[in-house]
Amino acid sequence: MADSTAHVSRSRDLDKLLLRPGHLVGPTFEPGPELRDDLRKFATVLVVGAGGLGCELLKDLALSGFKNLEVIDMDRIEVSNLNRQFLFRLQDVGKPKAEVAAKRVMERVSGVNIVPHFCRIEDKDIEFYNHFNIIALGLDSIEARSYINAVACSFLEYDSDDKPLEETIKPMVDGGTEGFKGHARVIIPGVTPCFECTIWLFPPQVKFPLCTLAETPRTAAHCIEYAHLIKWDEVHSGKAFDPDDPEHMKWVYSEAVKRAELFGIPGVTYSLTQGVVKNIIPAIASTNAIISAACALETLKIVSGCSKTLSNYLTYNGAEGLHTKVTEFVKDMDCLICGPGVLIELDTSVTLQKFMDQLQEHPKLLLSKASVKHREKNLYIQAPPVLEELTRSNLNLPLFDLMGKIRKDIVHVTGSTTKNDKKTSCLRKLRVVFKGIDGATDMDTAGGA
Amino acid sequence: MAEPKTKYDRQLRIWGEQGQEALEKASICLLNCGPTGSETLKNLVLGGIGSITVIDGSKVELGDLGNNFMVDESSIGQSKAKCVCASLQELNDAVKAKFIEEYPEALIETNPSFFSQFTLVIATQLVEDSMIKLDRICREANVMLIFARSYGLTGFVRISLKEHAVIESKPDHFLDDLRLNNPWPELRGFAETIDLNVSDPVVHKHTPYVVILVKMAEQWTKSHDGKLPSTREEKKEFKDLLKSKMIAMDEDNYKEAIEASFKVFAPRGISSNLQQIIDDSRADVDSSSSNFWVMVASLKEFIANEGGGEAPLEGSIPDMTSSTEHYVNLQKIYQAKAEADFLVIEQRVRNILKKIGRDPDSISKANIKSFSKNARKLTVCRYRLLEEEFNSPIQPELQKYLTDEDYSVAVGFYILLRAVDRFAANYNSFPGQFDGGMDEDISRLKTTAVSLLSDLGCNGSTLTEDLINEMCRFGAAELHAVAAFIGGIASQEVIKLITKQFVPMSGTFIFNGIDHKSQLLSL
Ligand SMILES: [Zn+2]
Repeated sequence: MADSTAHVSRSRDLDKLLLRPGHLVGPTFEPGPELRDDLRKFATVLVVGAGGLGCELLKDLALSGFKNLEVIDMDRIEVSNLNRQFLFRLQDVGKPKAEVAAKRVMERVSGVNIVPHFCRIEDKDIEFYNHFNIIALGLDSIEARSYINAVACSFLEYDSDDKPLEETIKPMVDGGTEGFKGHARVIIPGVTPCFECTIWLFPPQVKFPLCTLAETPRTAAHCIEYAHLIKWDEVHSGKAFDPDDPEHMKWVYSEAVKRAELFGIPGVTYSLTQGVVKNIIPAIASTNAIISAACALETLKIVSGCSKTLSNYLTYNGAEGLHTKVTEFVKDMDCLICGPGVLIELDTSVTLQKFMDQLQEHPKLLLSKASVKHREKNLYIQAPPVLEELTRSNLNLPLFDLMGKIRKDIVHVTGSTTKNDKKTSCLRKLRVVFKGIDGATDMDTAGGA
Repeated sequence: MAEPKTKYDRQLRIWGEQGQEALEKASICLLNCGPTGSETLKNLVLGGIGSITVIDGSKVELGDLGNNFMVDESSIGQSKAKCVCASLQELNDAVKAKFIEEYPEALIETNPSFFSQFTLVIATQLVEDSMIKLDRICREANVMLIFARSYGLTGFVRISLKEHAVIESKPDHFLDDLRLNNPWPELRGFAETIDLNVSDPVVHKHTPYVVILVKMAEQWTKSHDGKLPSTREEKKEFKDLLKSKMIAMDEDNYKEAIEASFKVFAPRGISSNLQQIIDDSRADVDSSSSNFWVMVASLKEFIANEGGGEAPLEGSIPDMTSSTEHYVNLQKIYQAKAEADFLVIEQRVRNILKKIGRDPDSISKANIKSFSKNARKLTVCRYRLLEEEFNSPIQPELQKYLTDEDYSVAVGFYILLRAVDRFAANYNSFPGQFDGGMDEDISRLKTTAVSLLSDLGCNGSTLTEDLINEMCRFGAAELHAVAAFIGGIASQEVIKLITKQFVPMSGTFIFNGIDHKSQLLSL
């Protein structure tokens, strides 16, 4: 009894929103103690990234009624994180971010359980991502956002009227910051635009033309990139440049200084060298706090329905005065990622190997090194070798047989594709339909059996 | 490399060593350390603020554990100020952190001179009466003040100070200072040494666009009574002329010249914003004038004399297609002119200081240099006293907000955030603060809001039932995510004010946590 009153007063402030009926709320909102308890017991949130945004997100979610959190991050703590990643201390440098962040929040907020995952996002099986109610992204890379977005959208299924099936929707909130600026957005796959629908918001970085670096350098950055991209390879034949090796960085710096002196160009410093070579984005605590708070609030509202939600993209700019703006972007109806999936029509005789060859040739996919999954079943897996061996024998079997002889179904394929001349990991959802099977043998509804 | 420098690397790239030094010298006072206050300070402590003083008279209750990360089980029953202060200290041992267990309202009443020791005061979760009193105290003591409040899914941030001048405003998009519409003799002289009709295609495509535009503009004025292109037709004709000079399709320098030709067409002279600053009565300086206004006075003289209507040159040029040699030479020409302009400004500053009876060397060379380089971007921010705004808001603005759909929720929250304080003054609790009696609170809040609107001269204006209902539902809850948002903004504005870099927000920021359509209200 004492315990239950204790819980009531611990959520003194949040209870006002979760227990009381409201006028400007989500359509599914059912206020009451059950809602609060369900949030604690059943809602699970995955936080992707334990950096500037991730640390804030974990704290904010732990204090917004969620008790089951998981966090995934492959990085270790560095000294330059400490001006904003407030869960880390100097003595933590070198330790995995996900583990330290989870531990610190659990120490402070009792009753919260946070499972850390110290690995790359691609290391996890797709199914790992399916058991969360919502995914919160605190990332600084476009590739990683793109990957998680594809994973979340891959769960999405459409009904025969091309309407998204409610129970297959995996919502995401996504934040990003740079200096005094940032964005927070809500992605409800199938309903609001996914990351890929509005990929034009993140144009690829413009690189300096090599001829400028080699022939007509004008700025300090040109001299640095010359040392980094041209001179390094000339001198260190075959040895890869490692931006995290201070000796490598110092070499690039001293070469850049020499070049700058030769051409009479001012401004090469060690700090600028690091900035240019590592493409360092300035980052401060306040902007991360603002953006993460917006994302956490949206997470709470989406899961509980206790208020309306952001629709669907918030930009924040504090660099000159203060500006916030909400933009309602629209879905790209032909989006490869959040649409119903690329349609692949096959004869029932096509083997898994032939199918994979087709994916490599398919102009919209250009997908190589494919691993293929149908429902819960791995049809073929590239790595680790043990699993590869186990699934290798499937390659010569007809896909139709492997999929349980049903007329059509969704298949998930992971692999790599080329984007902006860069190889990136990707996940694609494919609608496989077998030709020559009439309605009588349509086992559509038996897909899961 | 020293550890603090690496630790602060990502922010030094924004505000530099100078900005960091200002932060490390600043002493901050926080009133009330609930989540809004705690989160504001957290962001400042991480960034290495000099010292913090946390003031709160309350003890930690169980409910605080649900919304404040800076307290935990072991804090229950202890001074909240003490516990929050200790947690903040853990984040950065370079910060001097102390606390005073006292209610801010009591300090405001009994010890107003207490606040004059601080660089800036952050006042969170205060009610109107205390805000107004504190505002007067800080204004008189010349201490910067920021109010922040979280209330359910709404809240606000408001800066209050007499005047804040920003020299290094570092705007996002600001037109570079190339003077292509008004080149000085050295720039013209340099352009004359370059032949646009050179036959070597490599040389031709490495002539910087600055040179192309200076020469072509000069050629144009010779045949147009000394005038630059001004009509739409003339501008098009000028661009076509540029295009005709291309000898190959891949000449990026000519493409850049066509794109930048608007810099030739731009009107000469200073912006209206800068005109307003030099016309300000404070530019008539005396011995009590601040360094900023002394420098503005010298700028005014410069513009009227040596500048020929222009501000001192900034001295930097953007990257452009060019041979290294031409580019480096251009850079030197711009830098030399900026240096010459700075020396004139400096001389004028020294003379003015002498005239007003101050030490001519009392403003450092570095400060004058920064002022001269950034003269076109100067910004002066002023904020009304809270009491003035509350008693007589700017009517046309208020009317606009009340009738404009984009502002209706924000202005509704603005009114209701004030109405809940009146409510609390009358009924000793906030509407919906305790369970039960919700219907009565709703009707009382409505009455209070209507009477407030009528006091503000907005008879007949009403707020929606939905919003009044929501405000009662909020029951003065301080939600962590809302507090982190409001605190994040407050801390960012503190940084801008203390570093004197970047332009701080104007007006009152009203947070709309329902759909994030927040607004700035200038009342
Ligand atoms: Zn999409």
